[in-house]
Amino acid sequence: MATGEFAGHLPHAHAAPQGFIRKWVFSLDHKVIGLQYYFLALTAVFVGMLLSLLMRIHLIWPNLSLPLIGEIKPETYLSLLTMHGTIMVFFVLTTAPQGGFGNYFLPIQIGAADMAFPVLNMLSFWVTFLAFVVLVAAFFVTGGAPLHGWTGYPPLSALQSAGTGQGLGADLWVISIALFCLGALMSALNFITTTLDMRAKGMSLMRMPLTCWAWFITAILGLLAFGVLLSAGILLLLDRNAGTSFYVPLVVVNGQVAAHKGGSPLLWQHLFWFFGHPEVYIAILPAMGLCSQLVSVFSRKPIFGYKAMVYAMLSIGILGFMVWGHHMFMSGMSPYTAFAFSVMTMAIGVPSAIKTFNWLGTLWGGKIRFTPPMLFAIGFVSLFVSGGISGPFLAQPVLDIPLHETYFVIAHFHLIMGVASIFGIFAATYYWFPKMFGRMMNERMAQIHFWVSFVGTYAVFMPMHYYGMAAALRRYSQSTEVAYMRDLLPLQQFITAAAIVTIAGQFVFLFNLFWSMKYGKQASDNPWEATTLEWTTATPPPHDNFAGRTPVVYHGPYEYSVPGAPNDFVMQTDPAMEKVSH
Amino acid sequence: MGLVLLVVIWLITFVSAFLFFVKPNWWLPHGASTAAAGIDHHFTLSFILMGIVFVAAQVVLGLFAWKYREQASSKAHYTHGNNKLEFAWTVLTAVLFIGLNWASKPLWASERFDAAHAGALQVEVTGMQFQWYFRYAGPDGKFGATKLELVDPSAGGESAVGLDTTDPASKDDVVTGTMYVPVNREVEVILKAHDVIHSFFVPGMRFKQDAVPGLAIHMHFTPIETGDYEIACAELCGMGHYKMHGMLKVVSQEEFDKWLAAREAEKQ
Repeated sequence: MATGEFAGHLPHAHAAPQGFIRKWVFSLDHKVIGLQYYFLALTAVFVGMLLSLLMRIHLIWPNLSLPLIGEIKPETYLSLLTMHGTIMVFFVLTTAPQGGFGNYFLPIQIGAADMAFPVLNMLSFWVTFLAFVVLVAAFFVTGGAPLHGWTGYPPLSALQSAGTGQGLGADLWVISIALFCLGALMSALNFITTTLDMRAKGMSLMRMPLTCWAWFITAILGLLAFGVLLSAGILLLLDRNAGTSFYVPLVVVNGQVAAHKGGSPLLWQHLFWFFGHPEVYIAILPAMGLCSQLVSVFSRKPIFGYKAMVYAMLSIGILGFMVWGHHMFMSGMSPYTAFAFSVMTMAIGVPSAIKTFNWLGTLWGGKIRFTPPMLFAIGFVSLFVSGGISGPFLAQPVLDIPLHETYFVIAHFHLIMGVASIFGIFAATYYWFPKMFGRMMNERMAQIHFWVSFVGTYAVFMPMHYYGMAAALRRYSQSTEVAYMRDLLPLQQFITAAAIVTIAGQFVFLFNLFWSMKYGKQASDNPWEATTLEWTTATPPPHDNFAGRTPVVYHGPYEYSVPGAPNDFVMQTDPAMEKVSH
Repeated sequence: MGLVLLVVIWLITFVSAFLFFVKPNWWLPHGASTAAAGIDHHFTLSFILMGIVFVAAQVVLGLFAWKYREQASSKAHYTHGNNKLEFAWTVLTAVLFIGLNWASKPLWASERFDAAHAGALQVEVTGMQFQWYFRYAGPDGKFGATKLELVDPSAGGESAVGLDTTDPASKDDVVTGTMYVPVNREVEVILKAHDVIHSFFVPGMRFKQDAVPGLAIHMHFTPIETGDYEIACAELCGMGHYKMHGMLKVVSQEEFDKWLAAREAEKQ
């Protein structure tokens, strides 16, 4: 183990807690909070996946009566998709990569003892947890969960009379989102402050691992985006319960004139997507950062174009706030505005392509080790490309005429924002599990998990593009009413079959996760021979991360296969190699 | 493992691309409006260009995974990148993406920037949970007033759109549940919604536009082939969303005139 030199005492250490409650429940330790976020996301992902399984089954056997649940009615189907989307976007894709791994590893990778504000950190987790409980509660109240989709467009979402589930269930949905925003805002402040103020000596911004850059930029996006969604949610709550009309014009529902007038349904769409599009990057940036890290570590090569990677992520972050209107090409927004948004959206494809080129550039001439995290990182690159190339279709308003709201969109965002990000989460789990739990995950099970997930994902989502091109619409509880969709039923059946196999494969992961905690091979402090700071400390890391000392950093994070160096990796804390720093 | 990755990634890539050549019925539905040819052509162009990017990237990924797998003799190449390459692929992708978009601008302009021509047939399309209604102005060429207070969806027809029968202009208005239009004549759609957002989607016409409560959105399309074309709602509007569909019947001008006259006669 190359730990290098340490200097000085940590300015920020707080004493290790003793009792169970302070240690594992209301913990101030970023590592425990990271695990809490991770296990919240793990619970959420299995709930969300179960909901998608029910939807897939309903789509091909609409009249099937299931044990416990009974027959899935059209409104139940819509509740399922609303809750699936909300759970997956907020409580999985936002929670695991940032709240989970970001919390655990950002302080360690920059050489800090904890996050800048440990109490705020604890609070942000518990508010997020509460948000999840409130959301799931919507299933159990009168009328059930809302049916307005995860995007919650008013007037449907604003009017109690617009459908079953639009009563208390919809209120709980809005409250849950608002709480989640609060938690995310607190967390974003913490991440930004920590990155700016808590870096160890020598850890300049341009020496940070790309994972830290990704968490940092994600936090900035979160700070700017969640505040807007929070406000939008409060306005929606007022429209629903206080008689205001922010989003609701004069409308007639079920033959009754509703007590609203003058509001704008498009206002919500602007506010929602001002959050919603950066949210896509909130979900995928940490996976991009991680993937860059892993491709470098396991190719035993420096990352290709470190600065280009940083600038690409920054441009994605900035452009990400200028493209929200591409969700609204068909909404009645000005067609001139639509074209402007379209140009910006095509522009954001450029930094995404740069990242892909650099991942390939890193693999080129490497010495690739196919460890489980690397398999998922390569899978991520493949899925990112496949999900990415459908973007330029949807970014063009004229092609949005046939494609908007079809399964083409579903295939696009599931590949890139959903599964690619989840491959990032899997890669992170396999990569950091040894540091978090002191044991290796079982490699054979990991490989089975990878192959089932990788092939299964393509089997589910590739045909789905064609289904969407044939004009099959999303959010249809049955495709039997419209003739052209009925003809495509075999495609739906194939997708459902592929989904069932893919979902079954995820239980291999779940089993491996818990089995390896107890029976996995003992891990050394640096099992992957990687260079970043988390691998310089004990496994699992002590309460203050570096046992009372603070690391000093001498160079960048990706010094692999340096000519003349004794090992093929040079720790960031290794002063001997200062001459190779950039 | 590198070889397996190569084989699997290449197989996925070629199967995905192969579907493009063998499954014509999984393509965009048959287009029967003036807009269809341009949109379909641009879609195909995008498909081919993006298809090349897709195949190239996946093939290289698979190839590298296999070629640069760790072997006893292999040695990693120490490099931090290449600015010329970064510059080259930045410019290349920017030209490809922005250029592709720019090529689509005239199509979008003719669909959305330009208003319908004078002499287009005006049809008011109203969406409500979970039904489409179509209103024709009749011989006077004027739509009568509607009032939301008068809307009674259960009564259907004129009451469903809240037609104010005291307005003289409303006397000859025709409200139907099936949309009839003559072939080769521009149709100006005036889109409205009474309750929540709906979206008027006619795949065969390459037409889609949200119907938003509080707005009257003017759009246009020109059918060029007679026949029946399905109308579907493309914006989640509640539990009956999946069955909110209708039929567009494109007929000859004579048939259309006959049909409209018959509706007028029914009204009297």
